Amino acid sequence: MSGKSILKRIDWLSIFIYLALITIGWVSIYSSTFDEAAPSIFDFDTLHGKQLFFIGASLVAIVVILALEANFYERFASLFYVISLILLLGLFVFGKTIAGATSWYNLGFFNLQPSEIAKAATALALAKYLSDIQTDIRQGRDQLYALLIILVPALLIIPQPDPGSALVFFALVMVIFREGLPLYYLGIAFIAILVFITTLIFGTIWVSITLVLLLTLFLILKKKKSRIRILPMFAFTVIAILFSFSVNFVFNNVFEQRHRDRFSLWLRLENDPAKLESIRKSIGYNTYQSEKAIESGGFFGKGFLEGTRTKGDFVPEQHSDYIFTSVGEEWGFIGTTTVVLLFTFLLLRLVHLAERQKTDFARMFGYGVISILLIHYVINIGMVIGLLPTIGIPLPFFSYGGSSMLGFTALLFIFLKLDSNRLKEGI
Amino acid sequence: MKKFLLSSIIVIVGITFIGRLSYLQIFSFSPDQVLEDPAIKAIYDYPERGYIYDRNGELLVGNQPAYDVMVIPREVKPLDTLEFCKLLGIEKEKFIKTLNRARVYSPRLPSVLVHQLSKEDYARLQEKMRHYEGFYIQKRSLRYYDTNSAANVLGYISEVNERDIAKNPYYVQGELTGRTGVEKVYEDILRGRKGVQYIQKDRFNRDIGPYKDGALDTLPEQGIEINITIDKALQEYGERLMHGKWGGIVAIEPSSGEILAMISGPTYDPSLLVGRQRSANYSKLHYDSISKPTFDRSISFEKSPGSPFKAINALIALQEGAITPSTKFTCYHGFFIGRSKKGCHCGGGVRNLNSGIYKSCNAYFVGAYKKIFEQFPSNSQAMDVWEKHVRSFGLGSYLGSDLYTGRPGSVPSTELYNKWYGEGDNRWSATTTYSNAIGQGEVNVTPLQLANMTAAIANRGFFYTPHILKKIDGKEISIPDFVEPKQTTIDKHHFEPVIQGMADVYDKGTAKWIQIPDIEIAGKTGTVENFMKIDSVKTQLTDNSVFVAFAPVDKPKIALAVYIQNGYYGARYAGHIASLLIEKYLKGEITRKDLEKRMLEKTLEHEYAKPYSGEEFKINEYVW
Repeated sequence: MSGKSILKRIDWLSIFIYLALITIGWVSIYSSTFDEAAPSIFDFDTLHGKQLFFIGASLVAIVVILALEANFYERFASLFYVISLILLLGLFVFGKTIAGATSWYNLGFFNLQPSEIAKAATALALAKYLSDIQTDIRQGRDQLYALLIILVPALLIIPQPDPGSALVFFALVMVIFREGLPLYYLGIAFIAILVFITTLIFGTIWVSITLVLLLTLFLILKKKKSRIRILPMFAFTVIAILFSFSVNFVFNNVFEQRHRDRFSLWLRLENDPAKLESIRKSIGYNTYQSEKAIESGGFFGKGFLEGTRTKGDFVPEQHSDYIFTSVGEEWGFIGTTTVVLLFTFLLLRLVHLAERQKTDFARMFGYGVISILLIHYVINIGMVIGLLPTIGIPLPFFSYGGSSMLGFTALLFIFLKLDSNRLKEGI
Repeated sequence: MKKFLLSSIIVIVGITFIGRLSYLQIFSFSPDQVLEDPAIKAIYDYPERGYIYDRNGELLVGNQPAYDVMVIPREVKPLDTLEFCKLLGIEKEKFIKTLNRARVYSPRLPSVLVHQLSKEDYARLQEKMRHYEGFYIQKRSLRYYDTNSAANVLGYISEVNERDIAKNPYYVQGELTGRTGVEKVYEDILRGRKGVQYIQKDRFNRDIGPYKDGALDTLPEQGIEINITIDKALQEYGERLMHGKWGGIVAIEPSSGEILAMISGPTYDPSLLVGRQRSANYSKLHYDSISKPTFDRSISFEKSPGSPFKAINALIALQEGAITPSTKFTCYHGFFIGRSKKGCHCGGGVRNLNSGIYKSCNAYFVGAYKKIFEQFPSNSQAMDVWEKHVRSFGLGSYLGSDLYTGRPGSVPSTELYNKWYGEGDNRWSATTTYSNAIGQGEVNVTPLQLANMTAAIANRGFFYTPHILKKIDGKEISIPDFVEPKQTTIDKHHFEPVIQGMADVYDKGTAKWIQIPDIEIAGKTGTVENFMKIDSVKTQLTDNSVFVAFAPVDKPKIALAVYIQNGYYGARYAGHIASLLIEKYLKGEITRKDLEKRMLEKTLEHEYAKPYSGEEFKINEYVW
């Protein structure tokens, strides 16, 4: 180690944003679970008290993470990954069920959610595998292995059931793209999603006509010397049309009614305003209440501890998945924008940090951290403000919960530790 | 490139979120949404509705307390159901059913168990109520009617529906609002303003405490009492005379436009639409599609005016210089339209204006009508002038009164005849439209318009917009539209000869046997042909009996129109009823007891049954 302390090398901007986010997060939890009869902030019987404890535990974890050797994480990445898989498997035998999902170990003083730990472990394992000198991501076999690293924990989490958390792992595909997976995979996925959504909104006929028109347009405008071949484009269009046809089948026969309702609500598929309103108030109850609560905050908000809707517990999962509503109601547009900007700056800063890494491992892990934080942030806030269908995953650094608080903290600070070491390790 | 992909996604997400948040929190935000906040419950304090008095300060509508037995299902303790039911006066099955329904609605919120107990039941119950936990008595205010008349004038109140709430955000579910009549038109004055207290609730709907320490709470404002222009005694008397007869009567004070009485037959007792039997009674009235008791014939019944309209034609002819009072027309027990002869009941002979009116000579008025048309180079010009004069008497319009409902009637125009007969000056003429001369043609009027027209004649050329509101909170109203006279297009001096003719109707004309001692009346009878479609065949029914009158002739205090369906000739029913009403209003008592007795007892139900009997029937029978 050089004479310079880690405190001088670490990225203080990220830490500052992190501290700002957990502070705002805790204040929101305090406000939404506030009870005038017991205003103490250190009462560990209350949710905000427990969360304060988790924050303290996270700070301890940060010290430990920063104290360890930087190459410790690369060296033991595989071990962490295997341990987390074992923990996920163990849930099938020893798991504790809360709200219908068997996702926790009961450790007495606290319930451990291994899927939160698995996120960091998988990011480490993926970075390690991709940075291996023998891995060539342009080869199909290695692409498959990389995907398997992501898929295995996800497949173990789906039957808990916790499809929301499982979805998060797919964000790690972003890392593989950064490392050379051809972009047209992303293009195909994007077009598939586009066809899926437009088919639900406009119907198969219109989507097919549009696709054929686009193909024709392409053929007309194509330069003679263009190297793009016609046959794959043609095949692609046919597959897209077939896919569009299958969408209705899948939607009507494979999806369950609650899924269909979520989509009807999200895409406003229901034309009858009265029916739509009734779906909003039943299936979309959570989102309806959270939108209304955020709306009622206005520009300046109702003020600290003044949120009537959040205080009355009208928004379910107020302190966990829907914690952002509390910010919206009490701190208004100013508060919500501040949080969105803080997340944006943090993520952009992390991209900057990742790109300046000297080692492949550190860069890839950095991308893993960004992907996981980004997908949580997009899905959670997107759901709370009614832009995305309901998928229950926590908002990083905000939502109540010890495992997720520790998991996200570990993710961020392992990366900051790697970053602080970037000049020492050499190439 | 790949480096920027992720950064761009992050920035785009940020912009999207802030865009959506500004839509929610800046554009959709409205500061008064405290009312739709589920966490805040508004508790309302309803003021008493304003009383309604008649023009002389007699009470028409007041309030009475009613008592609802309420239940909060969760708080109900085991009880002696049988004894409690006996106390409430309901059956055990019904009690259990209602209680279950209340439990399904909400175990925590109060529901009504028994609606509107009588005062006696309440007194009996109040003593023992404390033995039954979970039940309590809530006081409500209901309308109380100090008359069994004027249902059509007063209107009724009922609970607001979703449409009312959408239209006026003041109202909340369960609140009462005026539905028709005065209750509807002057709703804002009578209602007052409810007070509100905001309570913070949790999601189990339990009170946590006052919201913002009561900073937004308001006190109720009392409803304001009003006086309407109706004369209670006249209205009640008119409705008694209307017994068993269908039609409408409107009486107006010519010097102010105030409506003294507005009678529609058949009618109903306003008390029927209050209390426990309200909805049963309402259905019965509403679904009576033959006699239609809820249809206000005094203001919504559009029919040909008949002979009273001849007075207007006389005035127009004088105004346009088509005739002078001494212009003569000969009646050959009828008159000729082309080669066909139309009948006249006046007895024949040479008629001038005076005898034309009092004998109601058809030949005279058809002659005068043709003369009006001869004053103009074209038929359409003549028609336009004629229409303008007619409309200046308030016919063919809603009149701008403050009555809740009404119909505009109709006045024919050049446009109408062009549509019927084709454009071009020779397609139609005075001869084609001669029915207008005797009030049988395309002119349609309501009793209110007819009364207003009579008031304009009584005033010699102007009228005040008929209205029903007299005082608010004891102070006379001064609405400009009601206190400024509306001029007709006829010069004042043309009225005298016409009024003389109308006075002679009583002295020596069609109504000479119904004079009232000491009161000089000017009037005009009308006998209007009456058709109805029976099994899609146009069938003639017994004529409608019409009468308009004002009195005294020199300083008119009352002008009225009486329209009795199937009453046969004008003097027979309408004339008698009109004279009794005038005597009642001007003298306060009736000297002609025989006539009064006959009018009170006679009904026309046999006439109204005819078209529905399914058998052949005679019309215009002289059954007395």
